Amino acid sequence: MINLIWLIMIIAGIVLAGIRGQPEVITESAFQAAQAAVKYSIELMGMMSLWLGLMKVAEEAGLIKTLARILRPFTKLLFPSLPPNHPALGSILMNFSANLLGLGNAATPFGLKAMQELQKINKNKDEASEAMCTFLAMNTSNITLLPATIIGIRLAAGSANPTEVIGTTLFATTIGFTAALITDGIMRRLHR
Amino acid sequence: MEAIIYELSRWAIPGIIFFILLYASLRGVKVYECFVKGAEEGFGLAVKIIPFLIAMMMAVSIFRHAGVISLLEKHCGCFFNLLHIPPDILPLAIMRPLSGGAALGITTELINTHGPDSYLGRLASTMQGSTDTTFFILAVYFGSVGIRKYRYSLGVGLWADVISFLASIYIVSRVF
Repeated sequence: MINLIWLIMIIAGIVLAGIRGQPEVITESAFQAAQAAVKYSIELMGMMSLWLGLMKVAEEAGLIKTLARILRPFTKLLFPSLPPNHPALGSILMNFSANLLGLGNAATPFGLKAMQELQKINKNKDEASEAMCTFLAMNTSNITLLPATIIGIRLAAGSANPTEVIGTTLFATTIGFTAALITDGIMRRLHR
Repeated sequence: MEAIIYELSRWAIPGIIFFILLYASLRGVKVYECFVKGAEEGFGLAVKIIPFLIAMMMAVSIFRHAGVISLLEKHCGCFFNLLHIPPDILPLAIMRPLSGGAALGITTELINTHGPDSYLGRLASTMQGSTDTTFFILAVYFGSVGIRKYRYSLGVGLWADVISFLASIYIVSRVF
């Protein structure tokens, strides 16, 4: 699926730019994107290192394991394929909480840490495991309590009540999150 | 309620750092040495995702700058009107799963053009906060562990985006 979508996006773009007689738009956007990707990963490096350092401290102190144990009843339902008290569960919870509070740059390192832990017990290293699919379904549709960025924009645009969208966002994300988990559960069974 | 959430968000990071370091040192962990050891991994991980990021960002950038979205807006607009969805929101709905930066740009423009407290402004705000950049997240997360076969996860992610999108329209038209 990803192969097809990727191909269609590029082919459609090039054909359309060709029809419009502006092929140079494609050249420029392709080159710029490649540079932007490297720039992003360099910027991520600092944040990643900071949070991975803290995670290591938390792990060493036994905090991650404790977190995983407390949440066992909940996670047993979501991640039946994970062994009990698996360290990935602690990272998954940290990722979920960071997303909940709109702390995007803390969420990513926790999430990547979780992926590393999940990959350790993945049988086929090339292919996404069931637990990974569930985690990403959770992650891409995470419930949001505080859409911090958007509140900032509304404030700057002179809104009478910048925070009035907190409730609607919470509603929409809760619905989306539920839909993602249900769909993931169905797909997991279909793909076995 | 909103004030509590806001304060929680403000104190989250300092609180987490404070708690982790204090707890660990009380349990006898050599915090500095341990931190440095963990931080070492950040470099490799960031480098590992570069090829995945380049592939994804290149496709999104070409798709976006070629004007595919304005073409869709022109031709699918009447279909959206039938469903009582304002066609102005279409570019945001398409860009949201593809590129966080581009979606934020569209949202800002919609808010500034129509006003933050208009129907479109509130809808754009809700949609922006409601879903995440599915393509980007999959590329970064799977990329960091070298997974190339995503199985059904892209389908699930995009499906959830559609549901959140419809839920946003429903709730914004009901509440305001």
